[in-house]
Amino acid sequence: MPALAFALDLATSLDLLAYSPPGWGANLLRGLANSLKIAFGAFGLGLLIGIAGAYGKLYGGPVLRDLLAVYTTVVRAVPELVLILILYFAVTDAVNQLLVALGQPRIQLSGLVAGIAVLGVVQGAYATEVLRGAIQAVPPGQIEAARAYGMPPVMLARRVTLPAMLPFAIPGLANLWLIATKDTALLAIVGFGELTQETRQAAGTTKAYFTFYLAAGALYLMVTLISGTLFRRLEGWARRGQPSLRGTAS
Amino acid sequence: MKKTILSLAAAIALATPALAETVKVGIAAEPYPPFATPNSYGKWLGWEIDLINAVCAAAELDCAITPVAWDGIIPSLTGGQIDAIMASMSITEERMQAIDFSDKYYNTPTVIIGPKGMAMTPDAEGLKGKIIGVQVSTVHENYVNAHFAEAAAEIKLYQTQDEANQDLAAGRIDATQADSIAMDSFLLTDAGAACCESKGAVADDPAILGLGVGVGLRKGEDALKAKFNEGIAKVIADGTYDKISEPYFASSIYGN
Amino acid sequence: MTGRPAWLAPHRIVMILALAAFVAWSAASLRWSWLPKYAPLAVEGIWRTLWILAVTSVLGFLLAVPLGLAQAVGPWYLAAPAHAFCTVIRGTPLLLQIWLLYYGLGSLFPQFPAIRNSELWPYLRQAWPYAVLALTLSYAGYEGEVMRGAFAGVARGQIEAATAFGMPRLTLFRRIWLPQAVRNVLPTLGGETILQLKATPLVATITIVDIYAVATRVRQDTFIVYEPLLLLALVYMAIAGVIALVFRRFEARVPQRRG
Repeated sequence: MPALAFALDLATSLDLLAYSPPGWGANLLRGLANSLKIAFGAFGLGLLIGIAGAYGKLYGGPVLRDLLAVYTTVVRAVPELVLILILYFAVTDAVNQLLVALGQPRIQLSGLVAGIAVLGVVQGAYATEVLRGAIQAVPPGQIEAARAYGMPPVMLARRVTLPAMLPFAIPGLANLWLIATKDTALLAIVGFGELTQETRQAAGTTKAYFTFYLAAGALYLMVTLISGTLFRRLEGWARRGQPSLRGTAS
Repeated sequence: MKKTILSLAAAIALATPALAETVKVGIAAEPYPPFATPNSYGKWLGWEIDLINAVCAAAELDCAITPVAWDGIIPSLTGGQIDAIMASMSITEERMQAIDFSDKYYNTPTVIIGPKGMAMTPDAEGLKGKIIGVQVSTVHENYVNAHFAEAAAEIKLYQTQDEANQDLAAGRIDATQADSIAMDSFLLTDAGAACCESKGAVADDPAILGLGVGVGLRKGEDALKAKFNEGIAKVIADGTYDKISEPYFASSIYGN
Repeated sequence: MTGRPAWLAPHRIVMILALAAFVAWSAASLRWSWLPKYAPLAVEGIWRTLWILAVTSVLGFLLAVPLGLAQAVGPWYLAAPAHAFCTVIRGTPLLLQIWLLYYGLGSLFPQFPAIRNSELWPYLRQAWPYAVLALTLSYAGYEGEVMRGAFAGVARGQIEAATAFGMPRLTLFRRIWLPQAVRNVLPTLGGETILQLKATPLVATITIVDIYAVATRVRQDTFIVYEPLLLLALVYMAIAGVIALVFRRFEARVPQRRG
């Protein structure tokens, strides 16, 4: 009997996942879109911070290097959840105090912007380490050769260092992207309407907790699998023309 | 003299003109039937949502409903992300230290609900050795701590009442104390009807339960407070309040 | 560079002074009056965090060994499920996994009265079994992937040599394969354990009162936002520091010469 009731329950729960209301499918997909937007923004911001941070750690002065060490150590030792709460409450507060001090009206940071900023700062610390390792893996001769030709630093970075380090960085960056997509779930704690929060609302309203959490899990898994494939292709592309680089680099 | 972030935020709030623009009314981002729940269109519905619209219309305020996590709703108010809280927030001494409140807009009895068939009375004697779940930082948490702390086996704190209900249905807690209207609504759902029943209202403790639910506002924003008070008084006087309540409740929930 | 210790470099002294000034400013002008009242609860919370961390890391590692082995050398009917398990765990947010286990399973209980009458019920109705299960599976999923590489990385010649000596398979595993694989992963274990520490606050969302939950409680009781969070970050940094030190010691004691 309970098994039958359970089966019936699952059948009605499938209706709950229908795309158009009264099904909640559209809500979950909207949440997924928000999650991806944040993950994308945070990953991009993290990359920018990471490139700057890696260059700072490798070529910066002692003060800059120490400050970056403090940044990466703190971010990697404190739980993301705690960082999100600190940054979420503090960043909006600080921005507004600054604006008021400048005589500007207060702004409201949207959940999207705050989420991207917070997760971007977290991602930046990890990206710094990944990119630093990748730049170090580039055969120094290539960079020295470019310098010897008198290439200016920005062009050197754009034409030599960054493309050459890409194959070394991609596995680490792929991992970071996956962390970014999963970390968006933590924004549910501050009430932002990403996938986990939408799932929680749908589950709480319909009481079909099991169904909705499973469905959300499937969506996250899909994102992981698809991006895994994309990153493998990207790595193949980045390695084109330098098949045995890893072997000869050491 | 300690300069706190809260008072700083309040000082900033004073410096900015709040009435000229949209008033962001914060509601809890978690479903709280029948007061505020999202539907599958992503729209918020419920008695409190209707009331927000009516009060804002009566006070001639341009309101925007903004869902915020209950956990961060007061920091959001003091930090300026929202301008008012209408999320069934009871007026308490602790909250009065951080924020200001309008006049109350409802006050309902507080009940204990528990599993069907389990003999239980809504007092310390009846709750002896039981695990009680309550929503964190609510009047119910204060009440349970004051009256049942010694009798109960354990008091579990939940971020939302919904999670406490869920654990009551799952049998992980023996009782939960909450607002009678919210509990009636839970007992009407399939899960609630199958598992649980009301064990009756708890004895009144005016010091904890008596103040009712009001609009939470930043300290010092007296103009906005006056507007909300005016709006609340107006909807009660002209019968809008009763008209909104009719589809939801058998009798008025304004209380005394 | 010069003979003096690294921290005596002028800019480091300035940074240390700045930190000291920040600490002094925090102590003097932020609100700490809540501290005495919540200190006993905080100690309990730290204890619970450490306990969950230790139990789930050890159990998770024990589970990671067969997962890694199955993926590295197992037949397909063991390798495929092990790989699927690691993919699912690594591909979904831990927060969702915890809620699925706690609230998802919890919502199924009322449909099976037998569960409530079973002897396991007194445990099943508490929150910690779900927290321990979720965190253990998570650690196993991530570390299982690492163990796969570690098992695959043990030099084939050694295994062939042992087989040639007629060593039984279990002895081969116990004496040669496992110790070398563990040595291969040792440098990553410290980092994985710190990641696990950073995952523990999620259990606060299912009513477990760990150190994070205590900080949340202070925030919700007193509406003091930053101070408990700052202290909380400090506590996690201290624990992470101790973990890093312990593993460094541990690593130093393992001989690094490779045969």
